[in-house]
Amino acid sequence: MSNLEKRSITLTVNGHNHELVVEPRKLLADALREDCRLTGTHVGCEHGVCGACTVLVDGKPVRSCLTYAIQMEGHAVSTIESVAVDGALSPLQQALHEEHGLQCGFCTPGIVMTFEAFLKHTPEPSEEEIRDVLSGNLCRCTGYQNIVKAVQKAAEQMRRNPDYVAP
Amino acid sequence: MKPAAFDYFRPSSLEEALQQLAACGDGAKVIAGGQSLGPMLNMRLAVPTALVDLNDLTELAYIRDGGAVLSVGALTRHDQIAESRLVQARCPLLAQAAKTIGHYAIRQRGTIGGSLAHADPAAQFPLIAMTLGAEIEIASPRGSRRLPASAFFLSVMATALAADEIIHCVHFPTVNVNEGSSFQLFNRRHGDYAIVAVATTVALEGERVARVRLGLSGVSATPTVCDDMVRPFAGRTANAAWAAEVARAVGAAVSPEDDARMAAVYRKELTEKLVEQALVRALSRAKG
Repeated sequence: MSNLEKRSITLTVNGHNHELVVEPRKLLADALREDCRLTGTHVGCEHGVCGACTVLVDGKPVRSCLTYAIQMEGHAVSTIESVAVDGALSPLQQALHEEHGLQCGFCTPGIVMTFEAFLKHTPEPSEEEIRDVLSGNLCRCTGYQNIVKAVQKAAEQMRRNPDYVAP
Repeated sequence: MKPAAFDYFRPSSLEEALQQLAACGDGAKVIAGGQSLGPMLNMRLAVPTALVDLNDLTELAYIRDGGAVLSVGALTRHDQIAESRLVQARCPLLAQAAKTIGHYAIRQRGTIGGSLAHADPAAQFPLIAMTLGAEIEIASPRGSRRLPASAFFLSVMATALAADEIIHCVHFPTVNVNEGSSFQLFNRRHGDYAIVAVATTVALEGERVARVRLGLSGVSATPTVCDDMVRPFAGRTANAAWAAEVARAVGAAVSPEDDARMAAVYRKELTEKLVEQALVRALSRAKG
């Protein structure tokens, strides 16, 4: 009864349904990049440590290298491509830009997805809470200080104007 | 860093999951949050023939106050446990420990049943289950059985769970009046597995220590319960000097082994320091 063959699945990403044919072992991260052609999700360590591949599943941050595409049928996946609307950066993206919270940008999509979810849940985070959450995303360029500042700035911006859209 | 091929099943009830698991035979693995199994699959340290995915069994995600026990369904995520007002009030040690597991994204997905079944000797939930004397409820095609944590954990990543069994619930004793608890761990990088971790509850009778529960991880293959070791220290006046004395005795008594990661002497020193911190914190909480 063993069936290692490819299966047809429907993956809902950023509100669109993608009909895919994948092996059960296909990582969500690889399905997003290779099958959905959404290459904003970056693949770093492939064992859940670096956080670069973090996406949202039903609004919660999830390592897309530790989930398989086939598991995501019936769930809503959101990737970095959904964050800016018509080219307008989200408050968090804008703050990362202003505070020099990225350099090479490889880790940035994972950081943005993690904190988009976190700030919705925790609109007034302490620096300690921000650092606790940021510990799940490795960055080798900026040294984290500016990322912390950017998250603080974004949180303030979002509190002041919940409907804010960056220019 | 891609897993070997596996078959995949997604049952919609516990009964169906048990049937599926039995039909798959010994080579199958149950997957819940996948935060430990996922890396093992990707690194091909685990090469199961099939995965039986429990994520649709939402009836196993619950936290129930049963008075003397708090029952937590196996599919309850770490973050739900850490953030639950009920857990914080009724079994604060469990909530404190859950808050320290891995990272934010890991806690959204990882489950308590998965953590117990994985039985990493440095993980939080096995330590809390052992320290509090939790009972683990296990389902199989033969029915349900209930094991104390002490009979469940056998060695490093080895448990009493048979190939066709699934954990479905964990029962933790709830906090008593005049009791405080504390969970302390040390690691080099935030979010890593603990090098040594300590869980304790201290109950007071007036100014005196009535009962101490103390568990350690990082000093042996399974979490170590030190209740016998600390029993002689009950009945004494609860203060910082008492905590330091207990910590010295525990630090001297444990015998971790040297390994590639850490020298045994370092683990002993950490044990003493963390036990002292945990007892002081638990005492202050017990005093309210």
